[in-house]
Amino acid sequence: MRALTWQGKHDVRVDTVPDPQIVNPRDAIIRITSTAICGSDLHLYDHTIPGMKHGDILGHEFMGEVVEVGHGNKKLKVGQRVVVPFVIACGKCFFCQKQQFAACDNSNPADKSDASEMAYGYPMAAAFGYSHLTGGYAGGQAEFARVPYSDVGPIVIPDGIDDDKVLFLSDILPTGWMAAVNCDIEPGDVVAVWGCGPVGLFAIQSALLLGAHRVIAIDHHPRRLALARALGAEVLDFEEVKVREALAEMTGGIGPDACIDAVGMESHGMTPDNMLDHVKVATFMATDRVHALRQVILATRKGGRISIPGVYGGIADKFPIGALMEKGLQIKSGQTHVQKFMPELLDLILDGKIDTTFLISHRLDLEDAAEGYKNFKEKQNEYTKVVLKPRFTRH
Amino acid sequence: MAKRSETDIQSDAPPTALKDPNPAAAGLSIDADDSGDLIGRTVTINVPRQALYAFWRDFRNLPLFMENIESVQVYDERRSHWIVKGPADSTVEWDSVIVEDNPGESIAWSTTDKAEVPNSGRIEFRDTSNGRGTQVTVNIVYDPPVGKLGKAMAKLFGREPNIQARQDLRRFKQLMETGEIPTSAMNPSALNEE
Repeated sequence: MRALTWQGKHDVRVDTVPDPQIVNPRDAIIRITSTAICGSDLHLYDHTIPGMKHGDILGHEFMGEVVEVGHGNKKLKVGQRVVVPFVIACGKCFFCQKQQFAACDNSNPADKSDASEMAYGYPMAAAFGYSHLTGGYAGGQAEFARVPYSDVGPIVIPDGIDDDKVLFLSDILPTGWMAAVNCDIEPGDVVAVWGCGPVGLFAIQSALLLGAHRVIAIDHHPRRLALARALGAEVLDFEEVKVREALAEMTGGIGPDACIDAVGMESHGMTPDNMLDHVKVATFMATDRVHALRQVILATRKGGRISIPGVYGGIADKFPIGALMEKGLQIKSGQTHVQKFMPELLDLILDGKIDTTFLISHRLDLEDAAEGYKNFKEKQNEYTKVVLKPRFTRH
Repeated sequence: MAKRSETDIQSDAPPTALKDPNPAAAGLSIDADDSGDLIGRTVTINVPRQALYAFWRDFRNLPLFMENIESVQVYDERRSHWIVKGPADSTVEWDSVIVEDNPGESIAWSTTDKAEVPNSGRIEFRDTSNGRGTQVTVNIVYDPPVGKLGKAMAKLFGREPNIQARQDLRRFKQLMETGEIPTSAMNPSALNEE
């Protein structure tokens, strides 16, 4: 089959690779009809996440048709259309039973769990198309994918619903939703969202649906700010305004009740702390670049809440622990428990309460995926979301 | 610092969590002076303890999740013969005897006197008091030999014995909880190459 493979920093190529097959009883094989490039794929593209190998198949946002089902899966049937969550979860362990699917104790193969156990204290769950620290499972930017524990993850999509409407159930929609859920929004709340990439935009939409009184969005790309405004947010261009001062003024000096860091570790900006972080990352001294998060902590009101869907992997310098403690802030974070949120979000899509198609700026052939990566990274204003379609779906 | 004797220890943690693990404190020994390295690990498995005990008690199942064990031949209720992968396609073999067997609760085994690589292990299954399934603790004590056998042992227990043991125990948990051992292999031939 054809698949997008990782070859090194800023080097991804579509290659011919062996077809996936059923390996374990609960596996399914999916023929992929739509897949997307995620902002977190750019961390791999930039090689700021360790544990990649040449030839790894990328992609963790995908959907398609079930073409084969292992004998241990009594739920899925050949021919069903499914969206596959990026988190691989067994459904049986303590964590899955608490619906903390992104903390699954079993999906990461035993020999790949040591690195994250050493780095984080406990081994992490597995994900598709990502680092070998999270399993090294082949991803979905391909014609086919092997889906382990396929009786737990994939959600069946009713006939007649376009791929574009439901594809983002795989990651970014539930990630934006959980970011807003983690804000514990109360009536009257003002929520500020750093980063109007896909997750930030869905977080804005979700915060409003969950009852936020106002949402203020922060970015610098005009098109992304325009999308945020269209969703109902007030917007701040951080190149024009002093963000903390602006937020304080716009909330009568109280500050936002909850703040969402939808930027993660490669935030932009030319402030001294960010420059120092940048030097350290470039020289493999490997601290995460956390400018956005520092700003979030200072901007949040006293006693407020912080939600971090943005991806971090390592250790931060100059983390404002004093502001966190003295102001009495609460922080919630984490990879998304996709399986938990998928059913209610599918219902919201089918009811017309959530539309995700506005985000898609480009639809490319899978063969042109490398170009998609380059442009998604370099032309963030234009390229808000790239959806890839394997060639055969056009026939 | 002087080694603390068992009676000095005031912490409630198991012996494997001690900074200076002591095989005797784990109820294991392979020689008179209680020497040898102790490794151990506890995991919670969301399966009743009787089922876990029954699966482990049939030592023929061990190679399913212990990746360096080639086979275990069971002679009778107590005695078994283990073939373990050694360096450069060699194997190391030994006879093992069950020295403790409490159905549903614990099993302990130890190599017989003739073994080139003396080792001993114990597994305990306890109900969790908070409804989270079964807490499974495995302790293994072994005498790290030198020379060629040292290399065999390094292979058996991995470069870091603790790492090999915890990977094996993870696979046991995965198999018991999910019915399979997860792998990122794309197809069966990739799985066999691993």
